[in-house]
Amino acid sequence: MSLPSRIIKLTLGLLWCIIHVVISLFNLCSHLMFNLECYLISSGLLRKYRNLQLSRVKCLAIVVDSREAKNTVKINQLLCWLKTLGVKYVCLYDIDGVLKKFFEPSMNSSRDDNSGDDLDVCANIKALDSSHREMTLECISGSDGKEGIAKAANLLCSTSLNGDRYTHESVKTESVFTETDMASALKSVGCGGPEPDLLLVYGPARCHLGFPAWRLRYTEIMHMGPLKSMKYGAVVKAFYNFSKKYQNYGK
Amino acid sequence: MFASLISHDPKMLNEKKPDEIIATGVLESLQNFLRKCVIAVLSYGPMPKHVAFIMDGNRRYAKSRSIKEGTGHRVGFSALMASLLYCYEMGVKYITVYAFSIDNFKRDPTEVQTLMELMEEKINELLENKNVINKVNCKINFWGNLDMLTEPVRVAAQKLMASTAQNTGLVFSVCMPYNSTSEIANAVNELCKERKDMIQGQHAGSCNSQTANGGTRSDISVADLDRHMYTAGCPDPDIVIRTSGETRLSNFLLWQTTFSHLQNPDPLWPEFSWRHLVWAILQYQRVYPYIEQNKTLAKKQL
Repeated sequence: MSLPSRIIKLTLGLLWCIIHVVISLFNLCSHLMFNLECYLISSGLLRKYRNLQLSRVKCLAIVVDSREAKNTVKINQLLCWLKTLGVKYVCLYDIDGVLKKFFEPSMNSSRDDNSGDDLDVCANIKALDSSHREMTLECISGSDGKEGIAKAANLLCSTSLNGDRYTHESVKTESVFTETDMASALKSVGCGGPEPDLLLVYGPARCHLGFPAWRLRYTEIMHMGPLKSMKYGAVVKAFYNFSKKYQNYGK
Repeated sequence: MFASLISHDPKMLNEKKPDEIIATGVLESLQNFLRKCVIAVLSYGPMPKHVAFIMDGNRRYAKSRSIKEGTGHRVGFSALMASLLYCYEMGVKYITVYAFSIDNFKRDPTEVQTLMELMEEKINELLENKNVINKVNCKINFWGNLDMLTEPVRVAAQKLMASTAQNTGLVFSVCMPYNSTSEIANAVNELCKERKDMIQGQHAGSCNSQTANGGTRSDISVADLDRHMYTAGCPDPDIVIRTSGETRLSNFLLWQTTFSHLQNPDPLWPEFSWRHLVWAILQYQRVYPYIEQNKTLAKKQL
């Protein structure tokens, strides 16, 4: 590389770094303002955040980066907050299944306890009792996402092919699967479950990390930042912002 | 380039004085130069290869400016052409837009008709101005359940797809009418048909029917479904931008956006401009290391 082009490249690199440093400084300032707002929300000083109406949040999903999901203290703290706020159904997701492994032993024991009761189609559900409110907890992972859809596709195709095997016609009728058929197949393979109204993403970036597609169609997705710096006020603010949302559903 | 498709008022142009035209030309050249400088700096960092847009806010734009809804959509189309041009300048190879959802058929029939007519008009304009497409060697895809479109629109779309199929430059994909769940169901249907045809072929080729029926058949995998998505052959989007501040994906590319950076800038789609695109790329560059790390880990696990 010639000297002038090296100088140009270095200059561009320097300018690029300067731009990102300036953005980082702005982000730091807005982060400090946000922390202050969260503190005020937690102390109940901001009137509009008191008396949250959570009736529209029938199902809440939390997507956590798998490395951050190992911080089970924070996860439990978050679940406590959600219970206190009155959330009825929480779906925890991380792509590697860290949360599933963590909650699995307690889920298995509660399933044994409830062996006489009706079990939900999804085997990853547990009822968390608290003295005041009951909250249903579901844990899913990447294997319930695309792989779940592949399993459902397998079920539909096998059923269709096995049906064809027993017909004696050489011309096979084309069976066309609809979205409803897919939804039923997903439920049959244990990847059904309610569609969350709100999804909170805990991690460095606003990505859904493979959350099951069939359950993400009209879900409001909000980025909460890293799990380690989670704030109660931020959760309240997210619910407040959700309560202001209005959906046309395409209309 | 695509700017030629943005309608200009000829009367306005004729009324300009020569001095004004020269001044405008100098200003435009200066703007172009500054834009190129900014792109050169931005390009020092990682640049997205595929950007997807949910073009939300045309009707609200029209309402806020007290103009007809149809005009709002037309201004939105101009914003789309401008964004395409800017993405092309920045080296983005794949651009996907959510033009019309299957759910949008629930809208007022007059609005649906207006949208269909606008789509037909713009597709025919692109067919007539072929030199524009050929300049950027643009391949145009229409992804969705095309049978649901009115015949003139469907025919025009198929004609445009066929005429640009061999192009190897910019890939511009228009999702209309589209739903992610419909796309997945379609992929399952195609895969099932493929398997049936394979088995029929085995059955016809084998003299022992037992062998044909007892032949091993592997389970459907994620890769099998990938092959039958509309997006087969395209990389997953790096950024998904939904304008007007809405935070949902509304059944758009749910299969393909596992590691996409989801952004929801406040401006309405007709207001989305070059500076918003620059800001989107800067935000993407900040999370790029995290996204790439996740992609690498996911590949290793496969």
